Amino acid sequence: MRMWAQSHLCQKQRMFSLLAAAFALAFLIIGTSQSASAIPAFARKYGLRCSACHESWPMLNFFGQKFKDNGYQLMNDRDAPIWQNPGYWPVTFRIIPIWHRVSTAQVATDQSATGEQKITQSGFDLSGLDFHTGGTLDKNISFYVLPSSDATASFHFETVMARLDNIGGSSWFNIKLGKFELDNLLSEKRILTLTGNGGVYQLYHFIPQGDGNIWGQMGDNQLGLEWLGHSANDRTRVSAALLSSNDGQVGLPYGAESYSGFFTASQAFDFGKLGVSRFGAYAMVGEAPTIWLTSGGVGIPGSGTGNKGFSREGFVGQIYFGEHADVTVVTQHGEDSAWFGQGYGDFVDNPVAGTNFLNGYGVTSLPAGSRNPTWNGVLVEPHYVISPQAIILARWETIRMSQQSTPGTASNLGNISTYTVGARFNPFMTPRAGFAYHAEYNWLHQDGTGVVPGTNINTSELLAGFDFDF
Amino acid sequence: MNSRLLRLTNAAVIVGFLALPALVQAQISEYQEKQWLDTPAATSHIGNLTGNAHAATEPYRRYCTVCHGELGDGNGESAYWFDTPLFFKPRDFTTAVFKCRSTPTGTLPTDEDIYDSIGRGLDRSNMPPWNTFSAQMRADLVAWIKHYSPRWQTEKPGEPIVIPPEPEVTAERIKAGQDVFNRVQCWKCHGVEGRGNGPSASTLQDDQGRPILPYNFAEGGRFKCGTSDADLYKIFMTGLDGTPMPSFSDNIKPEEAWDLVFFLRTLQPFHTKAKELAKGLNLKPINPNAPPPSQ
Ligand code: HEC
Ligand code: HEC
Repeated sequence: MRMWAQSHLCQKQRMFSLLAAAFALAFLIIGTSQSASAIPAFARKYGLRCSACHESWPMLNFFGQKFKDNGYQLMNDRDAPIWQNPGYWPVTFRIIPIWHRVSTAQVATDQSATGEQKITQSGFDLSGLDFHTGGTLDKNISFYVLPSSDATASFHFETVMARLDNIGGSSWFNIKLGKFELDNLLSEKRILTLTGNGGVYQLYHFIPQGDGNIWGQMGDNQLGLEWLGHSANDRTRVSAALLSSNDGQVGLPYGAESYSGFFTASQAFDFGKLGVSRFGAYAMVGEAPTIWLTSGGVGIPGSGTGNKGFSREGFVGQIYFGEHADVTVVTQHGEDSAWFGQGYGDFVDNPVAGTNFLNGYGVTSLPAGSRNPTWNGVLVEPHYVISPQAIILARWETIRMSQQSTPGTASNLGNISTYTVGARFNPFMTPRAGFAYHAEYNWLHQDGTGVVPGTNINTSELLAGFDFDF
Repeated sequence: MNSRLLRLTNAAVIVGFLALPALVQAQISEYQEKQWLDTPAATSHIGNLTGNAHAATEPYRRYCTVCHGELGDGNGESAYWFDTPLFFKPRDFTTAVFKCRSTPTGTLPTDEDIYDSIGRGLDRSNMPPWNTFSAQMRADLVAWIKHYSPRWQTEKPGEPIVIPPEPEVTAERIKAGQDVFNRVQCWKCHGVEGRGNGPSASTLQDDQGRPILPYNFAEGGRFKCGTSDADLYKIFMTGLDGTPMPSFSDNIKPEEAWDLVFFLRTLQPFHTKAKELAKGLNLKPINPNAPPPSQ
C-alpha cells in the first residue's frame, strides 16, 4: 500500500516536472520573440501601450492613475468619443486559463479519524470572465460597466457607474455614482496576483472570528456616490464617498437605512532620481444593522435596524527606488462595535432566527464584558520591474487581533499571516491586446480557526497561467 | 528529494524561466542603444537639473516608443493610425524640428522648451501631458530625444526671443491688434473670426505634405505651446516649425505683438478683460475682400 502510494507520488512529481519544463520552454520561445497591457479599449483609443498606464497590467502607475482620475481622459482635447472612428467600441474581455495546485489543511471529512485532514488538488482551471466596457460618453462625462462572471459564467455587476469630471473646469470637482471600487490607492481590482488567497488583500476583507460585520470590506466594490478632487498633475488627491452599507449588493438587502463613508487623502512627492512616491491615509467609517424583522423565523431582507458602528483606517505609501524597484505599504487599524463582535449583523449566511443571533429584537444588552473587537494589520508589497514587460513581486500581509470581543478568547484567534511571490511576463506589448504569463505561489496561515477547535489553518496554492485581455 | 522540496524547485524553475526572456531582450536593446547614446549632445540642462539620456532608456521604451518609434523617427506602431488632419503624426526627432520653441524659427529649441512640451503635452494630438513624471525623468527624456539628431552635436539652440513686459490691456490696443491681425493676414488661415476657416485653411500642409488645420480660437482649446499671454506672444513670434504656422518676428514689432495678443484673446470663448473691453468696441470682423492693406 505504501509502495503504491509512493510510486503514485513519483509519477505525479514527474508529471509536474514535465509541466514545469513545458511552461518554461513555451515562455522562453515566445518570450524571446521581439516586439504589456490594460484595458486595451483605452490603449486602442489613444494608441498607447499598456505600459504607459500600468506598472504591470493591471496595476496602475501614476500616469494611469491620473488618466483614471481625469475620468478616463488624457486631457488632450480629443477624449470625447466624437473624435474616434465610429467603429470604435470600448470593450475588453478578460479571462484566465490556469493550472493550479491548492493545498488546504483542516478540511472537515468523515474519513479522517480526527475529523479533519489536509486536501490537495491540482489541475487545469479557469477564472471567471470579465467584460470591461468604459470610457467617455462626451468630454468630461464617462462610464464604466463591468459584468463579471464566476468560472461557471454566472454573471453579476461588478462595476456600474457614471461620472462627471472637471465640473466647472476644475479638476477638484469630479463625482461618480453607482457601484464602483473604493478609492483605494492600492487597488484590489488591479491586483497583480491570482491565487484564491493571494488574489485579494486580506487587509481589505478581514472579519474577526465570529464577527457579524460583512460591511467593512473595503476591497469589495460598493454602491454610492463619490467626490474626488485632484491637482492637475495628480500629485495631490482627496476623495470622500457616501456608501450604502450593503457591501455592494444590489436591491438594498440589508439595513433599512445604513450608510458608510470612505475617505482618502494623499500627496505625491518628487524625490529626484528615485522618482515620485506617494503617501496617504484612508478611513472607512460606517454603520450597519444588527436587528432584523423576521417572517416565520426567517430574516426579511432590507429590514435591518439597530445600526452599530465600525471603522477601518490606515496609511498607504507607494515608494519608488528608481525605475526598477518599488514597494507599497498599507496599514490598517480596524474596530467593530461589540454587537458585531458578538455575532450580530449579517443574516444572509444564517437566515434562520436563533442562529447567529439573527434577531436582535428584545436583546438590549450584550453578554457581560463584551468589547469592541479591534485589530491591526500591515501589508507590504515590493515589486521588481525587470522591464516594462516583466515584473517580479512579493507580498507579505499580517493581521493581529488586539482585542477580542469576548474576554478570555485566545488573543491570537483569527490572526492571519500570508506570503505571496509571483512573476508576470508580457511577451509582447502593443496598444491592441494584453497577454501575460503568470506564475505565483501563496501561503496563508490563520490561527485557531481550523475545524477542530484550537487548531490553525495552513493553505497554499501554486498557480501558473495565461492572463489575457483583448 | 522529498516531495515538497521537489515542488518548490519546480516553482522556482517556472519563475526563473519566466524572467529569463525579459533579460535576454533587455541585453539586445541595451547593446544597440549604447551605440546611439554615447554622444556628448545626449545630456540636457534644465535649471539646476542635468538630464542623462542613458537614464531614459527604460522610460522611453515604456512611454514613448509606441508613437515616436524605437529610432525616434515618429514611426512607432501607433503612428500609422493617427489620421491627419484631425490627429497629428508623432514628432520625428531625427529632424530636430519642434513646434514649441522660445527660439527663433529654424533654430533648435532650448532644453527647457522640450522639457515643458513633455510635461504639457500637445493638445489636439495624442501626445499626452506627462506631468506625473519626476522632473529628473523629464530632463533625462529631453537628453534622450536629443541623441536622435546629429543637429544637436553641431548646432547650438537659438537665443530665446526677448519678450517685453506685458502692458495693460486697453480698448485701443485691442483695436490695434485687430489691425495687425488684418495686416499680416492671420485671417487667411485662421478666418476673420478666428474660427480656423480662412480661405487657405483647407489647402494647408505640414512639411511632410500632410494636411493640417489652423487653430480654431472659438473652440477654446488650449494652445499646444502654453496657455499664458507670453506663450501666445511666443507662438506667433517664433512660429510652429514644421507647420504652415509661420513666425511673424519680421512683420510684427514687439509692441504690436502685445496688441495682437489682446485681440486674439477676444476671439476665445473665455471671460477675460480683453473680451469685456472688446464688447464696448463693437469690432467688425475683417472684410476678406477688401484690398490688401499696405505693410
Ligand atoms: C500616443 C502617442 C504618443 C506618445 C505615447 C508620446 N508622444 Fe510625443 N508626440 C506625439 C504626437 C502625435 C506629437 C506631435 C503633436 C503635434 O504635432 O501637434 C508628439 C510630439 C512630441 C514632441 C514635440 C513637441 C514639439 O514642440 O514639437 C516631444 C518633445 C514629444 N512628443 C515627446 C514625447 C515623450 C518624451 C514621450 C514619452 C514620455 C512621448 N512624446 C510620448 C505622440 C505621442
Ligand atoms: C499659412 C497659414 C497660417 C497663417 C497665416 C497663420 N497661421 Fe496660425 N496656425 C496655422 C496652423 C496650420 C496652425 C496649427 C498648427 C498645429 O496645430 O500644429 C496654427 C496655429 C496657431 C495657433 C495655436 C498654436 C498652438 O500652440 O496651439 C495660434 C495661437 C496661431 N496659429 C496664431 C496665429 C496668428 C496670430 C497669426 C497671424 C499673426 C497666424 N496664426 C497666422 C496656420 C497659420
